Amino acid sequence: MAGTIEREIPIGAVDDAQSLPVLGKLHEWVVTVDHKRLGIMYIGGGLFFFLIAGLQAALIRLQLAVPEAGIVPPQVFNRLMTMHGTAMVFLVGMPILTGFFNYLVPLMIGARDLAFPRLNAFGFWLWFFGAFLLYFSYIAGDGLYGAGSAPDVGWFAYAPLTELPFSRGNSTDYWILSILLTSVGSTATAINIITSAFCMRCEGMTLSKMPVLAWMAIVVSFMMLVALAPLSAAQVMLLLDRFLGAHFFDTQAGGSAILWQHFFWIFGHPEVYILVIPAFGFASEIIPVFSRKVIFGYHVMIAATCAIAFISMSVWAHHMFAVGMTPAGNSFFTASTMLVGVPTGIKIFNWLGTIWGGKIRFRVPMLFSLAFLFQFLIAGLTGIMLAVAPFDWQLTDTYFVVAHFHYILVGAIVFMIFAAIYYWFPKATGRMLSEKLGKWHFWLFLIGFHMTFDTMHFAGLQGMPRRIYTYQPGRGLDTFNFIESVGALIQGIAVLIFVINIVRSLISGEIAGDDPWDAWTLEWATTSPPPEYNFAEAPVVRSRRPLWDLKHPEDPDWKYE
Amino acid sequence: MAAAPATTQPPARAWRETLPGKGHVGILALILTETSFFSIFVVAYVFYLGKSLTGPFPKDVLSPPIVNTICLLSSSVTVVLAIRALRGGSTRAFAVWWFITFALGVEFLIGTGLEWHHLIYHDGLTIGTNLFGTTYYSLVGLHALHVTIGLLLILLVLILTMCGYMSERYIEKTDVLSWYWHFVDAVWVVVFITVYVIGR
Repeated sequence: MAGTIEREIPIGAVDDAQSLPVLGKLHEWVVTVDHKRLGIMYIGGGLFFFLIAGLQAALIRLQLAVPEAGIVPPQVFNRLMTMHGTAMVFLVGMPILTGFFNYLVPLMIGARDLAFPRLNAFGFWLWFFGAFLLYFSYIAGDGLYGAGSAPDVGWFAYAPLTELPFSRGNSTDYWILSILLTSVGSTATAINIITSAFCMRCEGMTLSKMPVLAWMAIVVSFMMLVALAPLSAAQVMLLLDRFLGAHFFDTQAGGSAILWQHFFWIFGHPEVYILVIPAFGFASEIIPVFSRKVIFGYHVMIAATCAIAFISMSVWAHHMFAVGMTPAGNSFFTASTMLVGVPTGIKIFNWLGTIWGGKIRFRVPMLFSLAFLFQFLIAGLTGIMLAVAPFDWQLTDTYFVVAHFHYILVGAIVFMIFAAIYYWFPKATGRMLSEKLGKWHFWLFLIGFHMTFDTMHFAGLQGMPRRIYTYQPGRGLDTFNFIESVGALIQGIAVLIFVINIVRSLISGEIAGDDPWDAWTLEWATTSPPPEYNFAEAPVVRSRRPLWDLKHPEDPDWKYE
Repeated sequence: MAAAPATTQPPARAWRETLPGKGHVGILALILTETSFFSIFVVAYVFYLGKSLTGPFPKDVLSPPIVNTICLLSSSVTVVLAIRALRGGSTRAFAVWWFITFALGVEFLIGTGLEWHHLIYHDGLTIGTNLFGTTYYSLVGLHALHVTIGLLLILLVLILTMCGYMSERYIEKTDVLSWYWHFVDAVWVVVFITVYVIGR
């Protein structure tokens, strides 16, 4: 079957790879504007910071493993907590997800590159510099005052705590500038993705024939455009306060102490969906292929995504119930937050409907996707619980909240990132990841994840506060925290296996071929790895599964769509 | 794709013509994110209206910059005339209208500069004086920054036109720039209403 594909879609993969010296190869990567290389650089950079921020999390868990541990002093703990949160969102989640969009969207829509390749490279290097700047603060954050090294103000950096009188030194400035730069980089990527998806689809690919992932890329890009700008604006205000003596968040001059919270969460809540919708996209590509069925409810899936994007812009103040808003405000944000559960539930049923009656193949990407389904459901349910304002008053700033959002960020997003890496690694490198190591990775990570984050719910219900560097013995928290830390250790081992798997497979993995999963979207029509121009001849599609049509000319999809 | 019968395939060119232009979609996306950015500053301005603890207050020192506003808004008209001339094939008329657009924009910047000079040296209002100063200078300054960026780009096109590089090939790109300029003008309408009508 693979043979016929090669004949019918002329790839024309001319082998023009000259053997360049190491420096020449490096130079090629630095000056590249190719969406695939930039995508790989985004993902590689994101994984690098995933290891660093993961190590910081491990240090946090080490400190909290036993009461009054004294391994990490309180100031250092605050820095660890801030850097872990900031890095995981802006230096891990964002680049890995934009990296996948970079790599996949042009291939999926049958284009040769993104609409603005140089803007794409510009965005990447801005992100790279911003990421460097954040960790450079460990060396340079002292500033002129000898106060602080890395930022220690939390990933949300609440003003007025971040105002000059309370955050001396330059560590907070590093936080502001670094995130400002990475946001501009993400905005550039978002503009690029939207333009590419609207203007560069191959012949026959109408908007309603685009792969679901490409649709989700559009929706997320729109969200980035609308939601990242408020954070940048607030950061500019904070910079004006800190350097020019403005009073945006200065309570002494009549400024508001909660304005920053509003601005931050207007960004912060959509950000959660910016991170999780790409995970939905991965699931919507992987689950059908491994269930051997068409995605269930394509149009509803996309409508639900748009609904989530829309509603998620109006739920931000559910992060602020404890601030003390009016009853009307509390009711509105409780109701709007619960409303998000509706389209989200629709999506879960769509995936279940796809699996229902399918011929399931339990390969590693599918395993991660199935775990994602369960964990995402639980994360959604605790989300509904926290949306109820009185319940939130009781549990705000406890480990229950920490458990809830890690269920989304790790249980849903990180699991789907792993699934996506196992699924598309063969396309990007031409080699399969080891299935055996992959299963070790999956099961260990699953066990570790549940040990850590299931237990956190109970610690939170027992009243363990967030962001504390230690706790006293005999308060009913010792066992929970110890189990959480052991779970973190197991997750660390799983990630180590994952790294070993990547390195080993890069060197001596099984050769993948063009289409190892017998999939249906256009990226599998070209070689693995694809040539720089993707497709020698622009593809023409007639249905949502162009490769199915090719492989089954007797029963093509376009007869039924 | 060979599987599809040749008779039902529209020619590739016809397909491509159904897709929107890259430049225009890109600039609309940029405008969307800029709108979001500006609206936060507008919200901050409105939120802090009347919250300044000390003077000077808006009604004491602000007067609507009518001439400035007329200049900036009419530059939106002249830029349309310039693009129309370019589409009509007259590079000379384009250059004239384009230069007028540039001149009107520069007038706006000078006017803002004079207004600020008066506010700083006569009324003693700086960004650090009170909440009014903070929000006023940041909102109006942010807009002026966008005017400056637009003027630099317009100047670049002007110089290239003077050097004889302007041709039909660049109509779409020039049009994209004009859309940015319209956006800058539209923002001024919002800023004007917020600062000089509601806020006074």
